[in-house]
Amino acid sequence: MSYAWHWEVFLQPAASGDATYLGWMGAGLAMTVALSLAAWLMALVCGTLAGVLRTVPNRLWSGLAAAYVEVFRNIPLLVQLFIWYFVLPELLPPAWGDAFKQLNPVTQQFAAAVVCLGFFTSARVCEHVRAGIESLPRGQRNASLALGLTLAQTYRHVMLPMAFRLIVPPLTSEFLNVFKNSAVASTIGLLELAAQSRQLVDYTAQPYESFIAVTVMYMALNVVVMSGMRWVERKAQVPGYIGAK
Amino acid sequence: MYEFDWSSIPGALPFLWQGMTVTLELTATAVVVGIVWGTLLAMMRLSAMPLLAWFAAGYVNLFRSIPLLMVLLWFFLIVPRLLESLLGFPPGSDMRLTSAMVGFALFESAYYAEIIRAGIQSVPQGQVAAAYALGMSYGQAMRLVVLPQAFRNMVPLLLTQAIILFQDTSLVYVSALADFFGAAYKVGDRDGRLVELLLFAGAVYFVMCYAASLLVKRLSRKGTAA
Repeated sequence: MSYAWHWEVFLQPAASGDATYLGWMGAGLAMTVALSLAAWLMALVCGTLAGVLRTVPNRLWSGLAAAYVEVFRNIPLLVQLFIWYFVLPELLPPAWGDAFKQLNPVTQQFAAAVVCLGFFTSARVCEHVRAGIESLPRGQRNASLALGLTLAQTYRHVMLPMAFRLIVPPLTSEFLNVFKNSAVASTIGLLELAAQSRQLVDYTAQPYESFIAVTVMYMALNVVVMSGMRWVERKAQVPGYIGAK
Repeated sequence: MYEFDWSSIPGALPFLWQGMTVTLELTATAVVVGIVWGTLLAMMRLSAMPLLAWFAAGYVNLFRSIPLLMVLLWFFLIVPRLLESLLGFPPGSDMRLTSAMVGFALFESAYYAEIIRAGIQSVPQGQVAAAYALGMSYGQAMRLVVLPQAFRNMVPLLLTQAIILFQDTSLVYVSALADFFGAAYKVGDRDGRLVELLLFAGAVYFVMCYAASLLVKRLSRKGTAA
């Protein structure tokens, strides 16, 4: 195979004039990280809320939370993204829809992607939170209720702190998934890392270098997140449980 | 308020059905190849030969650390060119469906390998020892003793993964291949009825995946009862 490798192409000034191609990749990476962190934050909040609702002794609330999970789990991420981005602005009251469409396009894409990824991931987080809460011995809940704590206090001071420490490992893999799933945002035109790889191919005409560089960046991101979460896992271990040293 | 107009869907049903067959074809190939190749990878990963174990671990970790979308872009933009220059395929031949199938199969087998590895490890060591004591070879022990038990435990997980895979096939959108979602998008774009078609596609996916997940749940309950 005769292919002229030109790794130095990344150091050349890009077509936009104000950066090198390496700078483009850096911008894509920054976008991926910002998108993933924002979505993860949202997923943690919504997922915890839904997870708590799934376990409360109230048929209506736990049923609603179960429906929430099923909806977000059984529709492909790409379809959800397109619904948030193309469909929702049309269905909102016209004034809101127009306000959304007048935003800077990047803001529109970013907002849709964060909301989409946030809800999508929150359904998974919800299931982990529920499993964590259900894995606690029933005595803990009963004891805190017997001590006079309200149900809300029981969740806040007894069950959730314990449940979260138990579900760090599955949350780690969800966190990694957020970064990987964020690549889907390239389909609505958000210039994150995956989208930059295509753009780099078009502009540099060096497809192999562009794709290898972007793939390596994703792998590096994966390693960074994983080692960060390992540290959290060690800190969060509950002595006496499986996996604790 | 938005005025819905669903009239473009009935006429488009044959085209959408054609898309659904592409989706199902992709899912089926990826599941079958994924399970076969995934089983081999899992066995390699657990083997005593370091070279095989390293290869399998590297493969699984590589594919699990990059987004599926990135893998698909590789298979749509890079691999066809590589094959053209290596094997002398005529340039521009349409290999999108084939490369999508290969990409999905290779990607999913990494996930299947992890499920199957856990399944193999869930079979008690004594079973393997007993098989060897009866004079079975490694191949016989795996084929006749370990894998049948492992697979029985794994069926719900394998099926759940298949449902996820079915949803993920919508990502072939990046190659403009007309799978079910691609077909729905094209029709919506053509008729200016994107809102209706996207909602319709979402509803179809939801019904199919939800029904399938209920079936899996029933199956696994039956499995534990037996």
